[in-house]
Amino acid sequence: METNEAGLIARILAGEKELFHELIRPFERMVYLTLISILKNETEAEDAAQETVISAYRHLASFRGDAKFSTWLTTIAINEGRKRLRKAKGAAEESIEEQEEGHEGDFTPAPLTDWREIPLEALERKELREALRSAVAELPNIYRQVFILRDLEELNIEETAQALGINPGAVKVRLHRARMMLQKRLVPFLKTTAPARRGFFGRAL
Amino acid sequence: MKLDCKHVWEHISEYIDGTVDAKLREDIELHLEHCEICSAILDSTRNILILTADDRTFELPVGYSERLHERLKEEIEKSKH
Repeated sequence: METNEAGLIARILAGEKELFHELIRPFERMVYLTLISILKNETEAEDAAQETVISAYRHLASFRGDAKFSTWLTTIAINEGRKRLRKAKGAAEESIEEQEEGHEGDFTPAPLTDWREIPLEALERKELREALRSAVAELPNIYRQVFILRDLEELNIEETAQALGINPGAVKVRLHRARMMLQKRLVPFLKTTAPARRGFFGRAL
Repeated sequence: MKLDCKHVWEHISEYIDGTVDAKLREDIELHLEHCEICSAILDSTRNILILTADDRTFELPVGYSERLHERLKEEIEKSKH
């Protein structure tokens, strides 16, 4: 844990309660993104994010320095999100939520030969961001959550496993599948929206 | 060992994360040198990850932070009494 973080926590617990604003600020984006990945609704995710932060404030004394503060906070957010899912959709949906990854399904990438020449141009396009957002939203829950924690919030494999209550091997498998599903989803999108780019950089086609 | 494309795809994610062992890394790199398809798959996957980590891709609702700290402020006030 960051020394600064530990110092802040100690001071908050000793009575300088306003410092909690400062403690939480670097993580507020992460909390929201965790919850939108579970709840898929902006209003609900924001409400849950507020609950998560309030809950972290109330229970700060129970935080032990053996985990990172960010992992602890993410765990609270995940629990809050799952609680709301259960409430909204009933027990049936929850069993889907907790399902194991099976071996069925095609997780191979889509072959292409012309994208690697255009990364910077492509990445600046607003349409591509939108396509990525919807592709992520449409991933099966177990894949989306791992993907968000690893590739958006940049938790490591151990931290992701800890936050989701699964083993590191499952994190790796789910992450791989999520990335391949996204790759496959976005490649045709690029091909159909940017046909004029073919050959633009002087490659023989 | 000479790897085929499918074998490379299975390890692309771990290759990006740098968690494959040295021997496998070497085999993958050897394959990438002469395989345009796998190179393009690797690059496109990497690009997706770059785009994902870009703050403009996943934005927060306008006013999110202000509302959050306002709510927190009320809670802190409450806890003082």
